[in-house]
Amino acid sequence: MVEPNRFIEGFRQEAQELLVEIEAAVLDIEENPEEHEAVNRLFRAMHTIKGSGAMFGFDDIAKFAHHVETALDKVRGGLVPITRELIDLTLSSRDQIKIMLEASATGEAFDQEKNIEIINALKIIMGEGTELSSDDKSSHKQKKNLSFPEPEIDQQIPMTYRIRLKPSADIFKSGMDPALLIEDLKALGECKVIAQTELIPDLALYNPELCYLFWDITLTTAKDVNAIKDVFIFVEDDCDISIEIIEKHDLVESLTPLPRLGEILIERGDTTKEIVDKTLAKQKRIGEILIENGAVSPEKVKSALSEQEVLGKHKPSVLVSSVRVPSDRLDKLINLVGELVITQARLSQVSAKVNNIELSEPVEEVERLTGELRDNVLNIRMMPIGTTFSKFRRLVRDLSGELGKKIDLVTYGAETEMDKTVLERLDDPLVHLIRNCIDHGIQSPEERKRVGKSERGTITLSAHHRGTNVVIKISDDGSGLKSEVIRKKAEEKGLITSDQELSRKEMFALIFAPGFSTAESITNVSGRGVGMDVVKKTIESLRGSIEIDSITDQGTTITLILPLTLAIIHGLLVTIGNDFFVLPLMTVEECVEMKKSNSEKNRGRNILNVRGEIVPYIRLRDNFKINCNQRDLEHVVIADVNGRRIGFVVDNVIGGHQTVIKSLGPIFANVRDISGATILGDGTVALILDTNVLLEKAMERLP
Amino acid sequence: MSKTIMTADDSSSIRQMVSFTLKQAGYSVVEAIDGSDALNKLKTNAVHMLISDLNMPKIDGIELIKQVRAMPQYKFIPIIMLTTESQADMKQKGKAAGATGWIVKPFQPEQLLSVIKKVLR
Repeated sequence: MVEPNRFIEGFRQEAQELLVEIEAAVLDIEENPEEHEAVNRLFRAMHTIKGSGAMFGFDDIAKFAHHVETALDKVRGGLVPITRELIDLTLSSRDQIKIMLEASATGEAFDQEKNIEIINALKIIMGEGTELSSDDKSSHKQKKNLSFPEPEIDQQIPMTYRIRLKPSADIFKSGMDPALLIEDLKALGECKVIAQTELIPDLALYNPELCYLFWDITLTTAKDVNAIKDVFIFVEDDCDISIEIIEKHDLVESLTPLPRLGEILIERGDTTKEIVDKTLAKQKRIGEILIENGAVSPEKVKSALSEQEVLGKHKPSVLVSSVRVPSDRLDKLINLVGELVITQARLSQVSAKVNNIELSEPVEEVERLTGELRDNVLNIRMMPIGTTFSKFRRLVRDLSGELGKKIDLVTYGAETEMDKTVLERLDDPLVHLIRNCIDHGIQSPEERKRVGKSERGTITLSAHHRGTNVVIKISDDGSGLKSEVIRKKAEEKGLITSDQELSRKEMFALIFAPGFSTAESITNVSGRGVGMDVVKKTIESLRGSIEIDSITDQGTTITLILPLTLAIIHGLLVTIGNDFFVLPLMTVEECVEMKKSNSEKNRGRNILNVRGEIVPYIRLRDNFKINCNQRDLEHVVIADVNGRRIGFVVDNVIGGHQTVIKSLGPIFANVRDISGATILGDGTVALILDTNVLLEKAMERLP
Repeated sequence: MSKTIMTADDSSSIRQMVSFTLKQAGYSVVEAIDGSDALNKLKTNAVHMLISDLNMPKIDGIELIKQVRAMPQYKFIPIIMLTTESQADMKQKGKAAGATGWIVKPFQPEQLLSVIKKVLR
């Protein structure tokens, strides 16, 4: 009970006042036995002591007061005359209640004998010795009669109930809304509600204050039938309620055939067996109908029937092939597996140090199992990309129609699976790229004819696995990118200078610059120049990369390379000073060594000569301001960033690492060049580098 | 807006307990010390539900329920009677007067709240 002491104190006070009231009332009655109101007052006061006493745990007082109240009720009803003896008894019972009340406050014992004495004396006056004991029973029963029976232990086996709820027409006048009853039923389990409307009269006779509906409810619940009855506790008398068990769900559930419609109707009492049988006799079997129409010969039907029979015998029991799980549970599982992978790595490291054969064997076993577990759990999240592909069919159809072009969409590798979260975020970029193909890539039918192509253009969407990545290609057989146009536009925008030399790849990469559009006119499909940069950002945020290739008049191919999953990546673990970093292995092309003398030779120009090729590099040591002695021999990790080879100078390359990605949390939202962190086997934190941002920042620093 | 519930009871400790429980659960509460007080307060307060004791001075619970049901604005509100009489005839009388349901004393605050949840939403 909430703040019980406060209420108990409240009751004590009230009871004291009531006792005063009782005394006054009794004395009034003694003076004037005809005063009816005083008897009422007396009765009510005793009644309140009983009711409130029971509420606040004064059971002995409540029980005692109950007997006195019963006697007083008879007095009130005029069944028992008011005598001197009765008045004395009432007063002494009032005193007794006072004693009990005080005893409960101090914890002292009181004279129980006196209670019995008074009760017995009252019994004698009432002249009905047996009634009190039966009253005792009824007061006991009232506890059971409460609208809240003790919570029953839920049955393990769910049952299906058929419930018909037919409220009396004026149920609303009792303040009950049948909708609430149905809602309560729904809360119990799986529930199908069908409203029966046959009793609704014509509008002229319709009384909006009456309830004409009744309901048939099929409820499947593991709860006891009493839980259902409890829902109807207040309306039992006003409503026609029938509750029947129609099915018990247990292990042999799938073996019992579903009841037929006719059987259900009979069970419900909506019709009789005779009527159903008669109607069924009229119904013909499919075989008979087919024979009658001359579509199939009787023999063929017979053989088909026998085959059906055999099949029925051998039909394997249907197994559950899939389970629906909320995706946040999966996320949690993947998180846990990530932690497990980290802990396992740590365990392996410890075991290697201890160098104990007995230990290392099970540790190796754990390593193998963890790996399997990780792969399996990651697999759970995999979804075929086909669901996304199929959305584009409609997009292509609608847009090409709008622009007066004839375009086919061809897809390959729809069964290629990838992480659901990656897939979901891939939708928008793909839509954009396909729109570009339709709008800019594929020419109008007339133009296509002129250049000697078929009228219908083709957009090809394909996906396949490559290692731990998924490669998605969007290609069209349209006009291709015109490098002169891009160049001109880029010069206009000041992205490049007119004398700058660009490779083909670099040239195409220009279209990813913000605000870049080569479309001569802006259509409502594309051309506003917002988009390609957004596409690129989205793909990069998914730790993927985007490439573009185009041959003039033959078409454009855009290649997206995406990781299978965002939870675990393959990384290259490197050190700078005492700190560990992870570079995404996907972008890494090679690792080379660099002597201190080499960098000095270049006099501060961060350029490395790799097999005759010039590769610019970024010193991560400088970038993160790590102050420690520069080694004589440094390592350069050469990565492909946006189609350029860039070197990242580190102290040591440790090797490949299964990196479980942990996000850094909102505090580090401004740290752009670090995309996450991971925990190494010995508990050290390694930061995961974002090579794109590192390059961008290095470019910004250039004069 | 929180729903307003009237508790009509001549026992101050019951009123206090009911009122405290309801307020804890987020309801607004109007207290009435007997039937006639309840009728007066119902006229000036918009009440969504009534919890009434049956034995009260001046106007008792049954009569109160009858009169409340006769007020057009309270024709359909849920009315719960608090009663120590578990006998069927008292329940019958209350139902006939227009009560929605009942709670038998003694009851726990949780029981009170779940009965309210049954009829007031």
